[in-house]
Amino acid sequence: MAERERRRTPPYGGVFVARTRVMQEEDIKRATWRMAHEIMERNHGSDQVVIVGLQTGGVWLAEDIAAVMVEIAGSGCSLPCGTLDVAFYRDDISLRPLLPEAPTHIPVNLDGQVVVIVDDVLYTGRTIRAALDALNSYGRPRAVQLAVMVDRGHRELPIRPDFVGKNLPTRQDEMVNATRQGVDIGEVCK
Amino acid sequence: MRHLLSVDDLSVQDMERVFSLSDHFTEVSQRPIPKVPALRGKTVAMMFFEDSTRTRLSFEAAARRLSADVMCFSVSTSAVSKGESLRDTVATLSAMGTHAMVVRHRSAGVPQQVAAWSDVSVVNAGDGWHEHPTQALLDCYTIRDRLGTVADRHIVILGDVKHSRVARSCVKAFVALDAKVTLVAPATLLPPAVETWPVDVSFELDSVLSDCDVVYGLRVQTERQTQALLPSLREYTAQWGLTVQRANCLGVGALVMHPGPVNRGVEIAPEVLDRPNTVLNEQVRHGVSIRMAVLYLLLGAEGAES
Repeated sequence: MAERERRRTPPYGGVFVARTRVMQEEDIKRATWRMAHEIMERNHGSDQVVIVGLQTGGVWLAEDIAAVMVEIAGSGCSLPCGTLDVAFYRDDISLRPLLPEAPTHIPVNLDGQVVVIVDDVLYTGRTIRAALDALNSYGRPRAVQLAVMVDRGHRELPIRPDFVGKNLPTRQDEMVNATRQGVDIGEVCK
Repeated sequence: MRHLLSVDDLSVQDMERVFSLSDHFTEVSQRPIPKVPALRGKTVAMMFFEDSTRTRLSFEAAARRLSADVMCFSVSTSAVSKGESLRDTVATLSAMGTHAMVVRHRSAGVPQQVAAWSDVSVVNAGDGWHEHPTQALLDCYTIRDRLGTVADRHIVILGDVKHSRVARSCVKAFVALDAKVTLVAPATLLPPAVETWPVDVSFELDSVLSDCDVVYGLRVQTERQTQALLPSLREYTAQWGLTVQRANCLGVGALVMHPGPVNRGVEIAPEVLDRPNTVLNEQVRHGVSIRMAVLYLLLGAEGAES
């Protein structure tokens, strides 16, 4: 879930009520498979690629994408896969409660690497801006790319994904929940 | 959490939150660039009316790693030496737009008074004999890091308990986290009304050493002692010092801790200070993470529990 959506769900806000399932488990698998291939195609393999999942929603997708990439490249290849919590870098830190949720773990120095940021839902783009900031503390990547399962629009910053599982037009009052089991669109009820 | 004035302000849940945040900040401190923009635009005033090395530098490092601005203040170079009152000094610093004040003073209760006077967050960095809450937090964090948990550990606090604010804060925190605490000290250096404290008291150092998990040495605070409470430092060392011989009686894995500064050779023998289970430097390192967590909770994550 994108950060802004997370704050409306427990423990912060109301309860997410799913209305429509827009992707099934099989669709998620196929999209993950396709995105892994696209990442390899764009970067001519997986050399010097580092997959970084954003805590907490993007971690499962990062793990799955990395697993598929290792499968394609052969078992001898080692693909660094890390996690990043961007709480300390957000621009709304003073506006609302913000505690980091899970530890950051970047297994390698990022100098000269191609970093693929992975998140579940891309919405305003503010989480990604914070993630770009956070990556600076770990070195100077050669390039940064962005992979998301769902792009739901309503961007507030000039940020665009490189690899998308599904483009999903939404209203701002709707909410999207993406997990390994599927993608649901619904509302938050107080 | 608005202020951190005493360990009493913290529930066990609050302490656990500080510790888990400190885990995050320990990771931040290990990055190639150990700085996050979490408190950008906030100003923290360091008001040290009493001398300090590690607490002041640790708070400064913590504030800077969170990108806060730091205003430093020391008595000898400020208008306090011209006779400006505490209240006016606080009012002046508030008027300059600080968001938090870190206060150390030789009199107990000054941080509470400062908190009552101003509307900024106040952190107690040591007031007289009273409390030093961030020291207690970092000590619990160090024990948790080394031994896994504070609960059910047997902690011996050794030395000048009477004049020690560290001991008062540590006892509260250790007991809140379910540790068993034994005070070992000469009778003249035990606090008044020690029987009301939730601790054991022993005068037999050698017998408690063999079954404790942590020995927490305290500094002999000659600057606070107004009467002749000790015959001499040499006699103190002979009876109450952690000598090499006594350190050899400690169980395997038992930690030696001290809030610093150490009187080398008085409370702890120099050879004991160099042992791998003597964790003074880890305490200092964890101090930065703990103080980052405290400042972040006070200034960055206000209202996070709601």
